[in-house]
Amino acid sequence: MTDLLYSEEEEALRAAVRDLLADHCDAAGVIARVESDAPHDRELWKLLADGMGLAGLLVPEEQGGQGATHREAAVVLEELGRAVAPVPFLTSAVVATEALLAGGADDLLADLASGRKIGVLAVALNLPAGSAYKVVRFEDGALHGELTGIADAAVADVLLVPADDGGLYVVDASAATVTPQVSLDLTRPLAEVVLDGARGRLLGDAEPAVRRALRAGAGLLASEQLGLADWTLTETVRYLKERKQFNRPVGGFQALKHRLAQLWLEIVNLRAAARNAADALATGSDDADVAVAVAQAFAAPVAVHAAEEALQLHGGIGMTWEHPVHLYLKRAKADSIAYGTAGAHRAALAELVDLRAP
Amino acid sequence: MTDAAELRRRTAELLAAYPPATTDRVDFLRARFDAGLAWVHYPEGLGGLGAPRSLQAVVDADLEAEGAPDNDPRRIGIGLGMAAPTILAYGTQEQKRRYLRPLWTGEEVWCQLFSEPGAGSDLAALGTRAVREGDEWVVNGQKVWTSSAHIARWAILIARTDPDVPKHRGITYFICDMTDPGVEVRPLRQVTGEAEFNEVFITDVRIPDSRRLGEVGDGWKVAQTTLNNERVAIGGMRLPREGGMIGPVSKTWRERPELRTHDLHQRLLKLWVEAEAARLTAERLRQQLVVGQPGPEGAGMKLAFARLNQEISGLEVELRGEEGLLYDDWTMRRPELVDFVGRDAGYRYLRSKGNSIEGGTTEVLLNIVAERVLGLPSEPRTDKDVAWKDLAR
Repeated sequence: MTDLLYSEEEEALRAAVRDLLADHCDAAGVIARVESDAPHDRELWKLLADGMGLAGLLVPEEQGGQGATHREAAVVLEELGRAVAPVPFLTSAVVATEALLAGGADDLLADLASGRKIGVLAVALNLPAGSAYKVVRFEDGALHGELTGIADAAVADVLLVPADDGGLYVVDASAATVTPQVSLDLTRPLAEVVLDGARGRLLGDAEPAVRRALRAGAGLLASEQLGLADWTLTETVRYLKERKQFNRPVGGFQALKHRLAQLWLEIVNLRAAARNAADALATGSDDADVAVAVAQAFAAPVAVHAAEEALQLHGGIGMTWEHPVHLYLKRAKADSIAYGTAGAHRAALAELVDLRAP
Repeated sequence: MTDAAELRRRTAELLAAYPPATTDRVDFLRARFDAGLAWVHYPEGLGGLGAPRSLQAVVDADLEAEGAPDNDPRRIGIGLGMAAPTILAYGTQEQKRRYLRPLWTGEEVWCQLFSEPGAGSDLAALGTRAVREGDEWVVNGQKVWTSSAHIARWAILIARTDPDVPKHRGITYFICDMTDPGVEVRPLRQVTGEAEFNEVFITDVRIPDSRRLGEVGDGWKVAQTTLNNERVAIGGMRLPREGGMIGPVSKTWRERPELRTHDLHQRLLKLWVEAEAARLTAERLRQQLVVGQPGPEGAGMKLAFARLNQEISGLEVELRGEEGLLYDDWTMRRPELVDFVGRDAGYRYLRSKGNSIEGGTTEVLLNIVAERVLGLPSEPRTDKDVAWKDLAR
């Protein structure tokens, strides 16, 4: 049976990340940043990646990383989700790193692990593992094509690009034209990538690398969704204890208490499902595909429900730009599509656990 | 401290002295109790060895491997899960010695005389009266929803001993003899057609003061021990995937492709995922208990399973189509065991309606979660400082 608890080391890691985020990633700062031309917080990323070594969590020590597992990465994602931190941890330290761990390019892996470079897998954010992804044309030793929906590409130093010859290529971001797209999620913006004869270095077969990367992305995204949902519940409970209407705290009204208790219950279940996925990925369990599909099919509706309830229960203030709840709603809704919708993961489960469609 | 190795040695000794294949079931259970292997965390002489609770699993696994009779905790759920921990916490040494052994072996069945027609979720409003006469208490009143009353030898009973103080303060906790002629048990037929529960009428039943548990007027505090144990009981369960209500409907889906529709497929997969998440949550709670860090998740598990059981069984009735219009058997029966999954889909659908009522309604449990886990303000209380006799009824 999988270990569904948090170890002491994991709790220590959580505390350290939470402290750092408390000092360097407050909601007002995130709102100000996403209104600028540079929504990503490069300073914060440097502190997390360089200062704490988090970019290399999944990379073995002999390849320049921390030699930790998906369990630790999941704890980090819970905290980053709680802060809707605009940093490329999931895209670079998890997804691109997993693609590189599938084979080859030790030098680049070490660069990503150290935080010296940010890498991004050039596959649209909405795709689940195992689905068809868009490729670029490989012709006369150069890459040609246009890719959209690439998360965090705006800050990437290198792009991992699948091509029509079946290979995965490393392309220097300076060799591509990267244009930010106006994104629903302000804190994990998407970009369009155009390659017009860019040179790339062949890493290996794209298919297994992309599959592995997207599965890890989906499995660990559930922990980000858990952190996000947990923050919205905590913050809503805090607010409803203070906010008075009809001469009593709004949180004392049974209709609202029941909604919050229901939300708590959903989040408790999400924690178990997310831990199960992280542990299954960490141990390379045979059950990992099912664990990831269950976590993703369960997480998205819960996180979106939590953020929607938070907005509604904050009343008018929840509808404003200055209150951070909109950042959480936008992230939660975007996360519900990222690495496959709940419906896509349910369809995968139907095959995995033999509950076939009509 | 008794460790796992010591427990395994004692278990092996028990198995050698009383080979399960040739030993009478009750004799074996008595011997197991006397060896301290019934509930290892109980004190020596009372069925235990004062060992950590988590080590019970070691004993159970070794006994199961040898085919030893297991005392099914469901069969004696109220005795094992609720009466026993309360007697252990509040009973006199004499009471513990008298009641725990036959309770554990199943020779004496227990029931719980708590709920009344006018006191369900508001249990402390109960009106059954106990009036002291010398060394005895004379009890009059009516109880309801009493499972196993028709086979029980003993009951845990709460009754009002002082109507002049606020409702939570004037209650006392007793052990009631169900064979007393003043105790009348009538079956209460339910939506399923079965009479799993009973009404119990108590008329001039005389209970000796030596069968009081805890102090006079302290019955509410004692009852909290009983009720908390009721809700903890779920934490020890280890369920395999598809081990609950989702199992039968998944099986039907696999075996009967002609019943499948796209709508039902979507709903089945959604519920399958939710059931798996709930199972993992129960497992996580169990892991927390094993390391001695019980989490607040237990408060929510009953809520989750009640809703899932209802939705899943409802789905299965629909999935069965024409068969879903039928019911296996309306004959009135008085089962000794509640079996949630053993009968057909229609029975499961109807029985699961009780899951959100029994052991605390969903509405009251949501209040408890909101107040005790989330710290939200409590419901307004208009009865707090009012004597029970002055409350509106």
